[in-house]
Amino acid sequence: MRLRLLFALSCLSCSISLHAAEGEWSGYLAGEWKAFLSAPLSDEQHGDTTSMSAQAEYYKSWNNRKQSFRFTPFLRIDGRDNQRSHFDVRELNWTTVHDSWELTAGIGKVFWGVTESQHLVDIINQTDLVESIDGEEKLGQAMLKFSLVQDWGNVDLFILPGFRERTFPSRQGRLRTAAAVAVNQAEYGSSHGRDNVDAAIRWTKTLGDWDVGVSHFSGTSREPRFKPALDKGRTVLIPIYDTIDQTALELQATKDDWLWKLEMVSRSGFGNRYTAATGGFEYTLYGIADSGIDLGLIAEYLYDDRNKSATTPFEDDIFLGARLAFNDAASSELLAGIIMDLDDSSRVMSIEASRRLGDSWKINLEGRFFSNIDRQNSLLSFDKDDFVQIELAWYF
Amino acid sequence: MKLIKLVLVICLAYSATVFGLTPEEQGLAIAKEADKRDTGFGDSKADLTMLLKNRHGEESIRYIRLRTLEVDGDGDKSMSIFDRPRDVKGTAFLSFTHKTDSDDQWLYLPALKRVKRISSRNKSGSFMGSEFAYEDLSSQEIEKYTYKYIKDERCGDSDCFVVERYPVDELSGYTRQVAWIDKKEYRPYKIVFYDRKNALLKTLTYTDYQQYLGRYWRADKMFMENHQTGKTTLLSWKDYKFGNGLSERDFDRNSLKRAR
Repeated sequence: MRLRLLFALSCLSCSISLHAAEGEWSGYLAGEWKAFLSAPLSDEQHGDTTSMSAQAEYYKSWNNRKQSFRFTPFLRIDGRDNQRSHFDVRELNWTTVHDSWELTAGIGKVFWGVTESQHLVDIINQTDLVESIDGEEKLGQAMLKFSLVQDWGNVDLFILPGFRERTFPSRQGRLRTAAAVAVNQAEYGSSHGRDNVDAAIRWTKTLGDWDVGVSHFSGTSREPRFKPALDKGRTVLIPIYDTIDQTALELQATKDDWLWKLEMVSRSGFGNRYTAATGGFEYTLYGIADSGIDLGLIAEYLYDDRNKSATTPFEDDIFLGARLAFNDAASSELLAGIIMDLDDSSRVMSIEASRRLGDSWKINLEGRFFSNIDRQNSLLSFDKDDFVQIELAWYF
Repeated sequence: MKLIKLVLVICLAYSATVFGLTPEEQGLAIAKEADKRDTGFGDSKADLTMLLKNRHGEESIRYIRLRTLEVDGDGDKSMSIFDRPRDVKGTAFLSFTHKTDSDDQWLYLPALKRVKRISSRNKSGSFMGSEFAYEDLSSQEIEKYTYKYIKDERCGDSDCFVVERYPVDELSGYTRQVAWIDKKEYRPYKIVFYDRKNALLKTLTYTDYQQYLGRYWRADKMFMENHQTGKTTLLSWKDYKFGNGLSERDFDRNSLKRAR
């Protein structure tokens, strides 16, 4: 924590004091209304909820864009769940760019991966789970990132101090585990606890139609295991963050209308060594029926060799999705998908749609529906949490 | 030397029939000359405003910054950075065009910090909801069409060659394009597009040409009118800058993630 603060302050002060010229602010303010279609599993859990979120980004570059500074604070205020209300510094970093290398110091966000249904390989940033259960919202991570740019590929080296714990809904929250997670009682595999400094390396290269990535992460697992415990007479889940080693592969072949994708990880230190993979394709039909609308068809298989003892519900599942891009002035889009468990037939359906209103407004619709959830499936605690959500965002 | 070239070109263009050139050879010769005159610019930067209007007069605006790198013996590399609408601010699009192979394209989504390799098959699709298709805005390589010289015709204050060009790629949204190219500077004056059914689709008009580095012509305004939908798109280019010293490094995946 101290190290992270030091990082942040040093880069903030140096860039602001030396270059107190004009930068630019942008961002959004959004209101969200979420309606649940059934009564919750537990009486303590809340019903329909409204919340507000805001994100701003300050960006400034100088020396012909060879140096830049970025600051991105995020805030959510939730009407019903006090653990969903939170503030986070998504980014606060300084970057310097040279012919064959780049360096970023501060709090940053990094994405790894190619698949759509889940992001197995993406490990640098912790998941901001209270934002969305899809795992795409991330907390800022303190980092020193050194990138080497060479003919034989790009190598990114990361030193990651200051572990971030995953966010979880409170006992009153929806879309939570059957027993609430005791976020204040986290335990660590490392004797250094959350002060353990993690490290990662990733090589990426484009070879014609192929984009390849190979990475290794060594440090505190972003995904916790859970241990049931009693807290004031109630059962809670204590998150345990193990020390892991994870080697990963990302592959994408872009063959005309077909995108073939594979992500694979092998992880040790998190129970027995295991392998998990997501692979499949996205096939796009451009301008269906002379309409200018593109239809993308996505199919992915989700595998985990721990089978039913996996810490994920997606151990032998198939994802089928359809993406409609209307290519209109309002950038209307729709993505609908279903993940089916091939063993117990549990199903999660999701739908996301968005369009711009005027120049500065955007409306987002989202729905998630859990059906036929097997009693043994870890999605069981979401069984009564089918929801539809409308978000209206104003961009500045 | 320049004079000899000029004389040669004039001979080639005007006396084609004398030398027995077919209309196809004449059309190709005009395209080659236009391409030659635009070769050697190295790199460029420009700010683009797109004004979209539908048939009811409702307007929508986009701001994009473009950087282009000329590549010897291949198509150009380009980076488009979106500033408005505000919800797509920070989105960036990287494209390596190729003369004959399909182009390589990557999209950067700033909310997820994700770089996505995307298919370049979407040639005929709308760019940002405008009346410009991707193929209208991508680097115009000679090899992407076959040509046929039609006639000479007066165009505004100049004289033009009228040349038909036929896209080689079967994914193109057009059967043919009719281009008016002015005889003096080999700049496009107007292009009329015919859809896959060979029906009149769009007209693109170039105006307010400026010359840069004493040689390269760029139109400040490009107006596209869709005759089938009544929608129009006006591209206004500002702040063209050449010789920025851009390199391959400014057109890689890392620079895409940093693009602002």
